[in-house]
Amino acid sequence: MALPKYTEPHYRIWHYFYLFVCGCVFFFLIAPLFVIFPLSFNAEEFLVFTDGMMRLDPDAFSTRWYKDMVYGTKNPWGLAAKNSFIIAIFATIGSIILGTLAALGLSSRHMPYKGLIMAILISPMIVPLIISGVAIFFFMAKAGLAATHLGIILAHIILGTPFVVITVTATLSGFDHSITRAASSLGSNPFNTFMKITLPLILPGVISGGLFAFVTSFDEVVVVLFLAGLDNTTIPVQMWTGLREQLSPTILAVATCLIVLSILILLTAELLRRRSERLRGINR
Amino acid sequence: MSSETQKILSTDGIPLEESLKQAEKKNKIKAFLLVTPLLLFLIITYIIPIADMFSRSIDDKMVTNMLPKTYKAMEQWDGKELPPEEVFEAFYLDYKILVENKTAGRLQTQLNYEKNGFKSVLKKLARKQKKFEEGNYKEQIMKVHKRWRNVDYWRAIKRRAPAYTYSKYLKGVDMYSNEQGKIVQVSENRRIHRILWSRTLEVAFFVTLFCFLMAYPIAHLLATLPMKYSNLLMICVLLPFWTSLLVRTASWMILLQQQGLVNDFFVWIGLVTDDNRPEMMYNKTGTYVAMTQILLPFMVLPLYSVMKTISPSLMRAGKSLGATPGVAFFKIYFPLTIPGIGAGCLLVFILAIGYYITPALVGGASGTLISNQIAYHMKSTLDWSFASAMGLMLLTGVLVIYWIYNKLVGVDNIKLG
Repeated sequence: MALPKYTEPHYRIWHYFYLFVCGCVFFFLIAPLFVIFPLSFNAEEFLVFTDGMMRLDPDAFSTRWYKDMVYGTKNPWGLAAKNSFIIAIFATIGSIILGTLAALGLSSRHMPYKGLIMAILISPMIVPLIISGVAIFFFMAKAGLAATHLGIILAHIILGTPFVVITVTATLSGFDHSITRAASSLGSNPFNTFMKITLPLILPGVISGGLFAFVTSFDEVVVVLFLAGLDNTTIPVQMWTGLREQLSPTILAVATCLIVLSILILLTAELLRRRSERLRGINR
Repeated sequence: MSSETQKILSTDGIPLEESLKQAEKKNKIKAFLLVTPLLLFLIITYIIPIADMFSRSIDDKMVTNMLPKTYKAMEQWDGKELPPEEVFEAFYLDYKILVENKTAGRLQTQLNYEKNGFKSVLKKLARKQKKFEEGNYKEQIMKVHKRWRNVDYWRAIKRRAPAYTYSKYLKGVDMYSNEQGKIVQVSENRRIHRILWSRTLEVAFFVTLFCFLMAYPIAHLLATLPMKYSNLLMICVLLPFWTSLLVRTASWMILLQQQGLVNDFFVWIGLVTDDNRPEMMYNKTGTYVAMTQILLPFMVLPLYSVMKTISPSLMRAGKSLGATPGVAFFKIYFPLTIPGIGAGCLLVFILAIGYYITPALVGGASGTLISNQIAYHMKSTLDWSFASAMGLMLLTGVLVIYWIYNKLVGVDNIKLG
């Protein structure tokens, strides 16, 4: 944003001040994430930058916390990671199926009581997590599903579907329904029409909704804290326990892995969003 | 023309109007069937349990379940004079079981809420009743402590009986109904919940304000920069958004600790001396800083999506008509961004008011919020009906805010990135 030559000086100062403020805010947003990265390679046990690290002395860096994360004694991270992935994957699949079906129904112009139903479907996103946690815990305890994988998966489906419903409904808002009618008039049955026409077109929305559901499940800790037993601990629960007891560099190693994962997810989401916009012909 | 010829028939001989109606109905059912699985699933696993929280919050069977025989015997008692022998006997039998199971402590606490001084009386009874002989329990119990001869204590037990009570809600705002049935405030040094409610509102309000003040300039920058720069900067907003909440909280714990980078920086620029580093974590400062950074993306994204649609020529037009940049901004640009401000502020406020993890980790004792109290009662005191009552009070607040949100921007306008 270069300023035109005729800009008055006080406006020029104001403009640079504005850019400076923006820079500070961006720094505030992103910098905390990058503190974790070097400290996770710390050779010492303390969570501060040692003099050796400041001098970039290779001896001050080590991968011992990563080794501890993978091979450490009474290592909880392996089990936690396995549980986290199992739960997140099944919760994502469930959210995608239920959410996409509901979004298809909701975007039909024949849908009765649209407002009310939409409000119910996205309510898990609006209600504070702690209340959802309490309610879901009461249900799972009654149904005998507390401290089981199934219970946590179901809980995460509840929390994940609103994202799928919202993203798929948004994708469907630009959807031209005459092409499905064209398919029907050419003799395709509804199932085939869905698989061959509708699904490929709404797929970016479905996948990005699925990514939201995956991240929600993978990062969720409040509900799991209520539901999980010893066998169902997940990565966030382990981190929660670790952060409450003692902040160890092993947690930072795990955190670094999670940041790398979120970068991958961000890239995927971004690519999908662009593809979706291209397909829908939206040029911004 | 007769009405007969007006009717247009479809190919199978049914009037077109009717045929259309049938088709519409079929479509309606089809659409509804698609929504049904999720709707049913959510109603069973989510909506009904939340409604069930209400019955839990007013349903106070804790004491009733501990003294089943007593309450059955008390049904006949009018409460005017000391209860008859059967009530004493029933109470003795109930209490004996509780003492043997070592669960009498909960009864003592509960009855002490109802009438002060009950705890010591019950404790004494627990010690003495081992030597009780069979029969004539009224005499024996009354001999243990003179308060058993006071009818007020028996009334207190009876008053604890109702299966439905709103006392948990009163407790949530630090009130209770006293012996005369009047609603009064608890003594000043025990008013913890009101502090928590006001602190929760305060934190939510200021976090929303800080988020707004920080998000507005960067959303504006993102919306006005050329695409190739703004995409790059957008990553700075989206990466924290996608990163685990616990990771971000952990990084703030490292930064804000006493030997942390923020304090190092303060020492380096000479703001504080090295041996006088301020405590920035485990208090409200930590909660503010961490929550603002964590919720900032939720403010930037709605603002950005609204600012993106504002044409830059509007500002240029205002300036060409003689407005200074400041006037043009406040008269043209700012009013156009109000929908985005409303969406962002309410989203952040709703999220902040129910925050749990971050305050629990960086908040310490003076930075915890109402959600922490709910979790505490769910997990530690196991007073689930109180946790439910407080949860529902919080939920009511959130629903009111959400209703306003819906009126202002509409649910459909929620945008995710």
